[in-house]
Amino acid sequence: MPVAAKNIIELDGVERHFGAVRALDGVNFAVRRGECIGLVGHNGAGKSTLMHILAGTGIADRGSVTVNGELQATYSVQRAQRLGIRCVFQELSLCPNLSVAENTRISHVSLRGIGWAKRAASLITKRLDEIFPGHGIEAGDIIGDLPIGKRQMVEVARAFTLTDDPLQLVILDEPTSSLDAHAAGQLLSFVRRSVAEGMSCILISHLLGEILDTSDRIVVMRDGKVVADGASSQFDRERLIETMGGAEARDATAAIAETPVSENAPVMVSARPAVQQGGTELLAREGEIVGLAGLAGHGQTRLLIDVFRASTRRQAGVSVAAPVALVAGDRQTDGVFPLWSIADNIGIRSLKGLRRGLFIAAEREKELAHSWQKRIGIRTPDMDNNILSLSGGNQQKALFARALGSDARIVLMDDPMRGVDVATKLEVYDLIRAEARAGRTFLWYTTETEELSNCDRVYVFRNGRIVAALDRSELTEERVIQSSFEEAAP
Amino acid sequence: MTADTLAASGSGRRGVNYARLLRTALPAISLAIILIGIAYLNPRAISYFGFNLMLNLAIPITLATIAQMFVITINELDLSIGNFVGFVGCVTATWLHDAPLIGISVLVLSVVIYAALGALIHIRNLPSIVVTLGMSFVWQGLAILILPKPGGAAPDWLQSFMGFQPPYVPFPILAAIVIALVMHFGLMRSSYGAVLRGAGGNGQAINRAGWSLLKTKIVMFGLAGVFGVISGMALIGITTSGDANIGNGYTLLSIAGVILGGGEFVGGRVSPIGAVIGSLTLALAASPLLTFMHVPPDWDVGANGIILIVVLAARALTGRKAD
Repeated sequence: MPVAAKNIIELDGVERHFGAVRALDGVNFAVRRGECIGLVGHNGAGKSTLMHILAGTGIADRGSVTVNGELQATYSVQRAQRLGIRCVFQELSLCPNLSVAENTRISHVSLRGIGWAKRAASLITKRLDEIFPGHGIEAGDIIGDLPIGKRQMVEVARAFTLTDDPLQLVILDEPTSSLDAHAAGQLLSFVRRSVAEGMSCILISHLLGEILDTSDRIVVMRDGKVVADGASSQFDRERLIETMGGAEARDATAAIAETPVSENAPVMVSARPAVQQGGTELLAREGEIVGLAGLAGHGQTRLLIDVFRASTRRQAGVSVAAPVALVAGDRQTDGVFPLWSIADNIGIRSLKGLRRGLFIAAEREKELAHSWQKRIGIRTPDMDNNILSLSGGNQQKALFARALGSDARIVLMDDPMRGVDVATKLEVYDLIRAEARAGRTFLWYTTETEELSNCDRVYVFRNGRIVAALDRSELTEERVIQSSFEEAAP
Repeated sequence: MTADTLAASGSGRRGVNYARLLRTALPAISLAIILIGIAYLNPRAISYFGFNLMLNLAIPITLATIAQMFVITINELDLSIGNFVGFVGCVTATWLHDAPLIGISVLVLSVVIYAALGALIHIRNLPSIVVTLGMSFVWQGLAILILPKPGGAAPDWLQSFMGFQPPYVPFPILAAIVIALVMHFGLMRSSYGAVLRGAGGNGQAINRAGWSLLKTKIVMFGLAGVFGVISGMALIGITTSGDANIGNGYTLLSIAGVILGGGEFVGGRVSPIGAVIGSLTLALAASPLLTFMHVPPDWDVGANGIILIVVLAARALTGRKAD
């Protein structure tokens, strides 16, 4: 680099419109060399659009982009890559049919010719080892075979691989949404090390703790504008939530002290993981919220699926006393029907009740959709719109409505809050607690330790086994992490 | 993380690989079963001349299957490949024989049209099934215009090339091995091949990484055209004369070959080696096996379909195990 301009990239008065919607409304934004910027704001505040413009995948309608002090007349993905600006998108940008090494090649034009596969493999393996020691991923693994957490590790590590082009700035959009606390910690400390070496990062996250701990500077967006910009030390959680607006400033971690569910309440679910030795089993009584914790991919989802299956056929070690519904966390793969309307997506779990004779009663389906739109606050002008017209958080609300609107007395949740903004989360937490008081039972797998405070009891998993059962009174983040690394409980 | 976790995740992966191995081996297993059946019914067929006879028409089918595989890789389907092979056959039996320069330019032009169709499908976001179904009538109509009734003659060099008899290994088998290896290294091992397959797996990711999706569609449809041309020429080299309807069955055979070989309609998951084996299996099951089983020719197509269903069912079963 001939001239070390102070700012890597600078946006000046950038506007971006989608129809009548002003996604970005005159944004000024700059990234300095060697700093980590935390970018926060509710879903729809314009963070993703801003990021697309920085990465060259979106074009500004008005305003200018300056990189290394040079005004960019035509800015594109190729140009951004040549200048060393990379992006990790929230919806994973890996090809599921290709191997880890081949996916690395996709993002590097220069990985070609004889021996490219070996070079790609060593490149990505080295980065994975550096960022996520003990990741257990091999360069030959096909992405589609990896669980979502490992896919996210690959995606993140790939953004930090180096070939001919320089690497100045990496934009991370919700990079920890599918990572467990341990891997997320590994990533954030790597970000700090890279920044110390002179690189820059933009960190977009709904986990305000991550933002406050990791970034040097925090930028808050609201309604397409930058509403606050200052050193992280000037902010704390309350101030951030307040600045982001929308949600009433309230501590997300504050669990409302509730009377515990009586020991005599009927047991709705009892489940022993397939590989469990000894008699430890998971118990959930009527009206309880039971948390599943531990490092990602250690058998929590597996258990949820076993419970789900047990509702329709015999399953060894699992017994279920009522109908079950599942709220998927991997929305794109397991959750939404992408070609259907929002109303259809909500009604699918309740078709039996919506029938008249052999046919679905359209007005009853509509009624169900509308009542849940009100209760859960799905933001759309028309429930007949396609489900993909909703933002990620609202899609997730529709999936909650699907489960809660059904006849299920037991609701399984597979890390459902991935990439969902704070306001939506708080609304859904309230709803879950209200539903639990009304007698529903929840099994809740989450990678966010904060969420566990909503649970009456938490089971910590390791290698497919339950290693600890913590009551609400014993629940702390340290206990969960400590248990995650323990060997099987006696 | 400890070695323990690594071991746990490692064992999980081994399970997946085992299932995938079975899936990969399935085309070869079905081919072996067909061969064993033939060997049991007629041991003399398993010989140099036997294979030459039985696999006589396998080379053009294999080439058409490869053409189809390119299109399927990018989540499209080519319903015109059979009629295109017939069209190329007619051009080969007439113009290429009588006026090679015209013949060559017509064939090159047809490849360009194929590539342009890829561009059209991408730019206008059209369903490839509709576009290629329409094109199938165009190709057939052109073929009938060129050669209203069966006839014409294959160029001598083409006849002698297709009649080549290498020592020890029958020509169709040698050709299949060469095609499989070239395709495997071209599509599965080359660096641009990864991009092409990635376009089928997650087009948006390819786009975001700065590659042109338009280019991948043009390249893949262009390659389909090239292999369609080679298939038609090989067919005429074997049959020595042309017929506008000669390739009609190839469309479905080529799709079946790709799927039989472990490919999937969407997601960019294809296997060139599998596709070649799949097409050989179909070519053998199509007539030699049935002849030896004394199945009357009237039942040929039905029996073929049953074989296809059995193999695909086996694939679906192994697929479920992989879950």
